[in-house]
Amino acid sequence: MIKETVFELASPYRNDLRVTGYSFGKGAKAACIVGAMRGNEVQQLYVCSQLVQTLGDLEKRGAITGNNRILVIPSINHQAMNVGKRFWASDDSDINRLFPGDSQGETTQRIAAGILDQVQGYSYGIQLASFYMPGDFIPHVRLMDTGHQNASLGTLFGLGYVLLRTPRPYDTTTLNYNWQLQNTHAFSIYTNETDRIDPHSAKEAVASILRFLTRMGILKYHSHGGYISHILKETDLHTVTSGTSGIFRRMVGPGDEARYGDVLAEVIHPYEGHVIHRIFSPTDGLVFFAHRNPLVMENEGVFKLIKRLHS
Amino acid sequence: MVENVVSIGLFVDERMEIKKNRFVGTEGTGKAKRICIATGIHGDELEGQYVCWELARRIRADISRLKGIVDIYPALNPLGIDAGTRGIPMFDLDMNRIFPGSEDGAVAEHVAAKIIADMEGADLCVDIHSSSPHMRELPQVRLSQATAKQLLPHARLLHMDLVWIHASASTSHATLSHSLNQRGVPTLVVEMGGGMRITRSYGDQLVDGLFHLMAEQGIWGCPVPPFPDPVIATDSHVRKVRADVPGLFLPVAGHNTRLKAGEPLGKIVDALTGEVVSTLSSPCDGLLFTLREYPVVYPGSLLARILGGEGR
Ligand SMILES: [Zn+2]
Repeated sequence: MIKETVFELASPYRNDLRVTGYSFGKGAKAACIVGAMRGNEVQQLYVCSQLVQTLGDLEKRGAITGNNRILVIPSINHQAMNVGKRFWASDDSDINRLFPGDSQGETTQRIAAGILDQVQGYSYGIQLASFYMPGDFIPHVRLMDTGHQNASLGTLFGLGYVLLRTPRPYDTTTLNYNWQLQNTHAFSIYTNETDRIDPHSAKEAVASILRFLTRMGILKYHSHGGYISHILKETDLHTVTSGTSGIFRRMVGPGDEARYGDVLAEVIHPYEGHVIHRIFSPTDGLVFFAHRNPLVMENEGVFKLIKRLHS
Repeated sequence: MVENVVSIGLFVDERMEIKKNRFVGTEGTGKAKRICIATGIHGDELEGQYVCWELARRIRADISRLKGIVDIYPALNPLGIDAGTRGIPMFDLDMNRIFPGSEDGAVAEHVAAKIIADMEGADLCVDIHSSSPHMRELPQVRLSQATAKQLLPHARLLHMDLVWIHASASTSHATLSHSLNQRGVPTLVVEMGGGMRITRSYGDQLVDGLFHLMAEQGIWGCPVPPFPDPVIATDSHVRKVRADVPGLFLPVAGHNTRLKAGEPLGKIVDALTGEVVSTLSSPCDGLLFTLREYPVVYPGSLLARILGGEGR
């Protein structure tokens, strides 16, 4: 294991930003794993820390096959994490909306360009990502449907689902998208936590990355088989919104089955305590995403269901 | 007449309401031309608040001269303005990156779609922004290259100092202006002053320009006195100066002054050691049209923009 500073930026009033990379194995750039890019991505940081520890052990045991180098960058924006912010503290910009960056540009564009310079050229790029909607997901792998991508590779992580995302204009500035433009196969892994640590789903994420690296011939490692992944398109997901605002009481969570007409959640009058609205399942399906906030707004998307194709 | 464009129930006993004020002129609502004046998409940019107030005040004072329809949307992101944040506070989301939105999307996207639906069919739209709270910016119209040919004749009428035709990034495809231009509503973006403040002289300048534009369109029935033509600039005329080291930026050159190449712009100093860590000078002859006001800088922080070259 080699620990080194892969990017540095001078700060006026606090410690300089130091982005640390851990590399394992030698030779060709095989796989790169990137953790927390936002200040609330504590679970993503934790997953990488566990991965660094495990890869260190595996390397000592000679389990990294020849001519394969793995780079892990556990955190990029810990300066935000250290002051309780989500984005770059001095200008509130989101580093994962600034790729490919510009080494002569604005501060966070320089960070993005410096990171991309270090993580490019790998065969596989894996980002531990978070979603902007607060809620719980079934752990899954996401790929951008850019035409460069081979969706079946995503199934090798052995998580339950692989979601193919059609890129929106703002997606073009993410690390995932820019990796793919440079012919790195890029994957984003979503676990069901962000600002808190869920050890169980973190373990699952670490295992899925080790499984993928093993299946690609980068590691010699005995991992259990995981799931047989289903490939989903966004159009396979059915969004259920809340018809009114108030206190949100959820009846189902990610992974639960729902039948057409089942009550998925209730909305309670915030002052008077009675149920003012019931949210029914519009289809037979499986809960893929569930709103977690105890409060809900009118029209807010509170569930995403995977429609059952057969019963 | 004040109406709600969107109304969404917030968690507890409150609705987020995006309002517009419609002024209907002597031609009624049938075939009359309509202009939309929108601002406040970024909650910390307040220059447009004064413009909306002054525009509404002058229309009300002289309502018999109004022929067409003027829709004023002073607060597209009302909760951001209330909280003094650029984005929508509860989503931590830049509202100008979610257009055209979708009716059945997430709340923010639903709101964006309602705004587009309300503005669709207008003959013109002006979306007013301020610079960031960190900067001071001369009044300018920003046009993308793709729309420049169609929009430049309108942009010239707005009494701004500058029209900047820029190469657009792909992220700008999710802006209000791009979405409206795509839907056949010619939309001009104005950028002026700075965030979290009001520069009344700039606001008055823009309100004069809006009346000029409306007069040209037959929406306002009163001639407007002549005014100087704006400078027309492209990216190749604009030189940026960025901080090379962290510290405190102390400008020496004044905003809106003409500089010679090599003339001092300012310095970056270290408050702890008393040293000057960097001295900066103008990279070209030209007009200092953007200047940093917030002193704390990182490597890469924008300090100044200078309009060089012939620029016309
Ligand atoms: Zn703005």
